[in-house]
Amino acid sequence: MTRDEAFLQFLLRMGDNTLILGHRVSEWCGHAPVLEEDIALANTALDLIGQTQMWLGLAGEVQGEGKSADDLAFLRDAWDFRNVLLVEVPNGDFGRTLMRQFLFDAWHSIMLGRLMKSSDDRVAAIAEKASKEVAYHLERSSDTVVGLGDGTEESHRRMQEALDYLWPYVGEMFASDEVDAEMAAAGIAPDPAGLREEYDSLVQRVLTEATLTIPDSRFAHKGGRDGRMHTEHLGHLLTQMQWLQRAYPGATW
Amino acid sequence: MDRATVEQVWEWLDAVPDPEIPVISVVDLGIVRDVTWEGDTLKVAVTPTYSGCPATSVIAMDIETALRDHGIDKIKLETRISPAWTTDWLSDKGRAKLKVYGIAPPQPAGGPDCCPHCGSTAVEKVSEFGSTPCKAHWRCTECLEPFDYFKCI
Repeated sequence: MTRDEAFLQFLLRMGDNTLILGHRVSEWCGHAPVLEEDIALANTALDLIGQTQMWLGLAGEVQGEGKSADDLAFLRDAWDFRNVLLVEVPNGDFGRTLMRQFLFDAWHSIMLGRLMKSSDDRVAAIAEKASKEVAYHLERSSDTVVGLGDGTEESHRRMQEALDYLWPYVGEMFASDEVDAEMAAAGIAPDPAGLREEYDSLVQRVLTEATLTIPDSRFAHKGGRDGRMHTEHLGHLLTQMQWLQRAYPGATW
Repeated sequence: MDRATVEQVWEWLDAVPDPEIPVISVVDLGIVRDVTWEGDTLKVAVTPTYSGCPATSVIAMDIETALRDHGIDKIKLETRISPAWTTDWLSDKGRAKLKVYGIAPPQPAGGPDCCPHCGSTAVEKVSEFGSTPCKAHWRCTECLEPFDYFKCI
């Protein structure tokens, strides 16, 4: 694997995470339990999709085949996506959506903090821009997880169920492979395994305040970030997200 | 035709309103980062407020239209993401206008200093997000009016 090939994979991983999560979160638009939350979720989705434009835009540039961010978002099939499985699982209830957001935001904020010091100026610039938005996402998802976890009996039960369901998807964010080794050697991105300690202490602090218990098992579902095996849910998501470009190739706004 | 001075162009841009908060200009908002002539081409660097802000493309179009109206034909708009936009770049004039318009300007403390309607300091947060990505939703517990707060980032 050449450095550029690894770089492309890394950029697809960053961009596909924000794209797929952004799409998932946008599914709440018009359906959230209260208007304020509807607006907050739509705004979060908007930030994530904006970040996608930057990551996939750069991915297209590095790939050198003249593809735009839109081409990469709308014209690839499930097996070409490089997002972690966590972001493609269905929303579930509001609590599970916010728990997923928190578990992702915590990783995202730590990752972007490191990427701001990337040896590649373009990566550092995107990270600098995105990190401001993500700090805000993390603040909100942490507050909501604490509010609902340490809330009523029902909200507590639902948040614990959400955590139990989602925890096995956390490990994949810290799994390292040859792409990561190449990126770390080039100083472009950190080895994700090295972020785990900081993540655990952040997540532990918030979940303790939320009176929730982290499951003991470190078992991790994998296969998203290397594209080896996505869940069945990704294909269903893409049928919605990509249908217009599939039905009317080349259609523009 | 003599080409316009950079100062003149800044003045023209200061008359281009932000499409979502039309009371302030794109210059007040601090998103116009640079204006330079490169031969007979005018280069304008613009930075997005939030990476997914849907107003970004409308702003680019408005800037281009305004400059064309002033007779500039060759325009190159550059999107500059670094350094990232910060509310520190809002002009004092822009801050004052926001307040008159009913939007509490950003504060380093992270929340509005007072209600933009009645001036009371008894305010509370309703939601971390408001009607646009750059605002949060607050309310005054004195006059009971809701208001937007321009988030400090």
